[in-house]
Amino acid sequence: MALTHMHASGMGGIRTAGDLVARMQMSKKMRLNEAKAYVAGKLKISVADLSDEVIMNEVRQDLDIATVYGGMGEQSRGIEAKFRIAKLLDLEINSVSRFLRKTEWR
Amino acid sequence: MIVTRMGDGSFIKMSEEEVKADIEAGVEDAVKRGKIEPLTAAEIDYLVDICCRPQKFVSVQQGNELILTYDSGTLKITRLGIPIGMPQIMQIYERAFAADTLELAYVHYSFKPIKMIVPEEQYAVAETSLVTTAPLFYGAMPNLPLYTQPDGPCPNAAELLPAGKIAEARAAQEEAVEYAVKDMVFVGSGVYEAGADGIDFDTTAAAGDAEFQATLLACEQLRAKYPDMAIEIGMAGEFVLGFHGQLEYDGVRLAGLYPHQQVKLAEKAGASIFGAVVNTNSSRTFPWNLGRAVTFCKACVEAAKIPVHANVGMGVGAVPLVMTPPIDCVSRASTAMAEVGKLDGL
Repeated sequence: MALTHMHASGMGGIRTAGDLVARMQMSKKMRLNEAKAYVAGKLKISVADLSDEVIMNEVRQDLDIATVYGGMGEQSRGIEAKFRIAKLLDLEINSVSRFLRKTEWR
Repeated sequence: MIVTRMGDGSFIKMSEEEVKADIEAGVEDAVKRGKIEPLTAAEIDYLVDICCRPQKFVSVQQGNELILTYDSGTLKITRLGIPIGMPQIMQIYERAFAADTLELAYVHYSFKPIKMIVPEEQYAVAETSLVTTAPLFYGAMPNLPLYTQPDGPCPNAAELLPAGKIAEARAAQEEAVEYAVKDMVFVGSGVYEAGADGIDFDTTAAAGDAEFQATLLACEQLRAKYPDMAIEIGMAGEFVLGFHGQLEYDGVRLAGLYPHQQVKLAEKAGASIFGAVVNTNSSRTFPWNLGRAVTFCKACVEAAKIPVHANVGMGVGAVPLVMTPPIDCVSRASTAMAEVGKLDGL
């Protein structure tokens, strides 16, 4: 069922910008269109590009914020990518803040 | 003839006129029960179009995509008998299932049993947060009945009510609310401290108004404690049962509230996302259930200031009440919720 929804109406997670738009809903209570506009602005792309796998794969590689092939090569993955996403979206990410506290970087 | 299904999943054939008549009847039922606005003629025509398309699978137009959250996401793999750990399940959701969000969940998906194993769950949360990029929820059910005898400490309201002991039944539920709030705040705090982005209260108010009150109070306390925490309140049904009947939150009686009213209280309690539910009537057709569910959800979206994610799964959101939800119905419900209901997510 999760896969049916993903194909029918889902944004696509880290294949696209789904995780980034979701973060704005979760952290700032932004409605869908507001969250999409905010993320598109920060990424300097159009709202339509947010759910395009081809463009977003390149954008995510350029910004080094993880793709579905996150394990390959020099790409950031997991918590590394979240450090970059927090900065990119001007957002506090709980696991990133915890990492900084635990490593006494902050 | 159009091939569609009943709410129990069985195939039926209808004419296009019959499909439209059933959608209109479903809309009318929602309007009457919820005292809400109907869908427009154009919206009803679009639902007819979605139902009547010959393709097995239907999807939104480019650009109309929304955000997906997952109730008990981890358990969907565990239930299939695939023996892999929770962090690995989350990696599969993120990288193979294209999930916008992730949700960790323990097999005993209720706050009461989870409080005993919070350190282990914190470990799973912390490990997962290191190896995944998508936002991470921890989810569980408030499940108020677990606090009643013989499983819990409180007298059982379901036994007291048939015996005519109304005051005792109400007192028992009020006592259970106190226990449940403590457990939800304890578990929610634990998983947030471990690195989760937020908590998902799933199937809220399954036990009626007392359970809804407990969840709102827990949400309020967590919001005061963690201003940046994501909190999703997902409901169990479209209508809050008045099992107690007199409980209130912020001066509003909880029994009898529909989604567009429930969401206002979720907002006041500090929720980030509200999960609207509309139950599927298995004796009615899919078009009837679709018209009804979209009408309720659209009203909720219009009333809300926070994102609304409709529950569109087994037996809710127009999806037939079966263990293997048919793709033809799920994809149509998914599309209709995004394009007519204007949901922020599912």
